[in-house]
Amino acid sequence: MEAIVQSFFNREIIAASWPIVRAGLLNTVLLSLLVVPLGLFGGLLLALLASVKHPAIRWTLMAWVDFFRAFPPLVLLILLFAGLPFAGLELGGFVCVAIAFFLNTGAYYGEIFRAGIDSVPSGQIEAARSTGLSRLQAMRYVVLPQAVRNVLPDLLSNTLEVVKLTALGSVVAVPELLYQARQAQSLTYNATPIVVAAVIYFVMLWPVVRLLSRLENRALAAR
Amino acid sequence: MSSWARFTETFLNTKVMLKYLPDILSGVVVTIELALLVVVTGIAAGLALALVRSLGIRPLNWLIVVVVDLFRSLPPLVVIVLIYFGLPSVNVSPSGFVSTWLSLALVLMAFSEEIFWAGITSVAKGQWEAARSTGLSYGQTLIHVVLPQAVRLTIPPLTNRTIAITKGTALGTVVAVTEILGQASSAMSNSYNPSPLMMGAAAYLVLFFPVVVAARWVETRFAWKR
Repeated sequence: MEAIVQSFFNREIIAASWPIVRAGLLNTVLLSLLVVPLGLFGGLLLALLASVKHPAIRWTLMAWVDFFRAFPPLVLLILLFAGLPFAGLELGGFVCVAIAFFLNTGAYYGEIFRAGIDSVPSGQIEAARSTGLSRLQAMRYVVLPQAVRNVLPDLLSNTLEVVKLTALGSVVAVPELLYQARQAQSLTYNATPIVVAAVIYFVMLWPVVRLLSRLENRALAAR
Repeated sequence: MSSWARFTETFLNTKVMLKYLPDILSGVVVTIELALLVVVTGIAAGLALALVRSLGIRPLNWLIVVVVDLFRSLPPLVVIVLIYFGLPSVNVSPSGFVSTWLSLALVLMAFSEEIFWAGITSVAKGQWEAARSTGLSYGQTLIHVVLPQAVRLTIPPLTNRTIAITKGTALGTVVAVTEILGQASSAMSNSYNPSPLMMGAAAYLVLFFPVVVAARWVETRFAWKR
């Protein structure tokens, strides 16, 4: 018991490593605030493209989405970070994370938005268009608000995954929470900082997980 | 040299690719082993937890919910690092392979428990009562009445999660598992050429693209017409 406290919940280590870990927490929050809107934007772009009902466009987009569903985000990140320099392009860990997230999470968000847009009956678009709204206006004011509401739980669930995914930044030396915790761990020869990082992730994301459970159960009950 | 020739020389160098092909292939084998282990144990554990939860033993259910919530909120990479770098300080030293397997299986267990549980509770209570009143036992009701309906509901979210978590086998490279990405990265630093990485990327697509397409098919096949 004593050994467990010493190795995982060491108070002196917590106090000593806190400044390092706290800097990581701040960066994780900032990184999330950057990559979530970036992914949402990419997804919206894909979904709007998909609403053009041309078979060639639909097929291309489906292939695009399936490509990123099949491709591990870490491989994409390493490809950008370690592969591109051979083409004379050195982007730095932070920019690589931004690009990889835009591509990867954009594809997932795109699928969700597309399902949302599909869930709005086509009569709505026809009615909006017949009142004189342009295609874009109909999309902006009539379809999207309903579409987003219909897929809100999925959007939230994907956003949770995106925030968790920011831990990948540690592999390309972005000083986010996990990276900083590992730095602190190797400085102190003690696993406590990693436990602290895990606790922070849990405290930050648990409310979201609870909320999602409720939303999912309510959606099932409504069937 | 034209720029295209220089590009292929750098990124698709045949000599380098041939030299490291065996490494990448051994990585593919490790990835497949790891993926299969994760999927089988993770889903089995998730189903087991959901069935235990359906017994309705209060303290046990709270425990299940906390464990499930924990592994839904922690990033898989954090769990891997915690097991691989943390456990040795209490004299348990799991290999990178075991750490990755355990972590991803726990995460898949959490997500699949939640999905199975949602499936079980979605079957109306009247069906339970009707089945029990015809003389079926608890187990028979579960197997012949509830699960067949629950499975339909659970297939689309379950395939999605399973694919997403199985792709996480690439995270093993952080703890020195010699799966595809690990092999490709070390081949790249040995040859100072990114061609092995391109091969690794291609290997992932060859492995996972058919799974994604199959999942799409299964989803439409099992979808309930509403």
